[in-house]
Amino acid sequence: FAGLADVSISEDIPVEGEITVPVGSHSPDEDFSTLDEPVRDTILRDLKAVGKKFIHVMYPKKSSALLRDWDLWGPLVLCVSLALMLQGGSADSKDDGGPQFAEVFVVIWFGAVVITLNSKLLGGTISFFQSLCVLGYCVLPLTVAMLVCRLVLLAGAGTVSFIVRLIVVVAMFGWSTLASTAFLADSQPPNRKALVVYPIFLFYFVISWMILTFTPQ
Amino acid sequence: LVCLVMYLFAEFDDAANLLAANPDATTISIDEPVEIPKNQHSRLQESGREEDDELLGTDDSDKTELLAGQKKSAPFWTFEYYQTFFDVDTYQVLDRIKGSVFPVPGKNFVRLYIRSNPDLYGPFWICATLVFTIAVSGNLSNFFIHLGKPTYHYVPQFRKVSIAATTIYAYAWLVPLALWGFLMWRNSKVMNIVSYSFLEIVCVYGYSLFIYIPTAILWIIPQKVVRWVLVMFSLCLSGSVLVMTFWPAVRDDNRRIAVATVVTIVLLHALLSVGCLAYFFDAPELDFPAPIIPAHNGTTVVTRSQ
Repeated sequence: FAGLADVSISEDIPVEGEITVPVGSHSPDEDFSTLDEPVRDTILRDLKAVGKKFIHVMYPKKSSALLRDWDLWGPLVLCVSLALMLQGGSADSKDDGGPQFAEVFVVIWFGAVVITLNSKLLGGTISFFQSLCVLGYCVLPLTVAMLVCRLVLLAGAGTVSFIVRLIVVVAMFGWSTLASTAFLADSQPPNRKALVVYPIFLFYFVISWMILTFTPQ
Repeated sequence: LVCLVMYLFAEFDDAANLLAANPDATTISIDEPVEIPKNQHSRLQESGREEDDELLGTDDSDKTELLAGQKKSAPFWTFEYYQTFFDVDTYQVLDRIKGSVFPVPGKNFVRLYIRSNPDLYGPFWICATLVFTIAVSGNLSNFFIHLGKPTYHYVPQFRKVSIAATTIYAYAWLVPLALWGFLMWRNSKVMNIVSYSFLEIVCVYGYSLFIYIPTAILWIIPQKVVRWVLVMFSLCLSGSVLVMTFWPAVRDDNRRIAVATVVTIVLLHALLSVGCLAYFFDAPELDFPAPIIPAHNGTTVVTRSQ
């Protein structure tokens, strides 16, 4: 850099300024430390966020709230309650019965991870945890269907109850698939949408099958 | 040869003289990075077959392999490397499925549809669908067969899903691996014109399993004749896709080894379908009403066998 060798600061230009870093705008979190608030407020805030997302799933319209502030509390609660409700089925031997608790857990979480990886590999722009969040929350209609099925089975296990259960499960399966597609479809490249929607369809179909084939003792 | 050597020495002399005259001149040396594309070995085996042979589909040239090496250049620990295996659009996947169900005689599935863009989407999701289809159909067919028997109590048999998954994914990955290894070994002994990469073999096997999805659904029908007709039909279709793909790769070899390879491929395929039928679907029991036996006093007795 031979050309710059003769640049020097002449001594009659004073060098002055401040070294302190100006404090940025106060964000609400910094002023209001969540350490000091009562525990009830902390829990209620998270519960309200989870509840708001449940409502978004039941009335799916294109909003980005579900995508922006993802959390995995809702999916965990739904998965555990669904797995618990699928217990207590009848079987002659352990091998022939319905899915065990661990099997339901693995099917839901592993299935959601695989679908997320699939959509990312195909060029989707959604992030990993956002997609897990959406897929987990959209299990809510199927959990409601499981609850209804168990109540119907308390009344009897004949053909009528089977038809009622079939209709409920099919309706909730359609609702789940449509809800998750409404949230996830926009982030995919347009000529690959079907490639991304099909695994979601398969995922909820498997969960619906587990719910429909539940037979009590 | 001596003239060539003298000429080369003269060239070096010139260069040295030039450099001595102007020591401050910057000399630029061009380093050519020697990049070996993935399928470099296929270039060595390229014969001089014409382009129109490829159009006929009967002979295969490796010219399409030349372009394959330039695609996958990301290192294998990055996400982009695996994205290159999912670089397919919806219509391409549907085309490949169509090609596996309606095999055109003489056309090679790999050359016609895959065209050096093997994808992992098709094999993975076709296998997943097949696993659940077999498990669900088997459960349904057992339910219909045993319906009405007083001692029968319906069970979902969820454990069979994991068995089905293990079997089908093992078939779809281990058999291509063994076949690829075998073809590579034969390639080192005999110069074969056609060679497939591992992913292309996985792709062919994955797409050839698609025909079993509607077959498994139709296996719910509890008639033995119907089931075996379906086995034969689906075996013919998917087996012919496999045979037409792999026959050009082994036909230059020893005739016995080529025939043995193709027969083994078809046999393994048949074993998979027959095994799935036997394990997941209970045999429909035959229920013949016995003939009417006229009794001596005129009343007829009808016996029904169980």
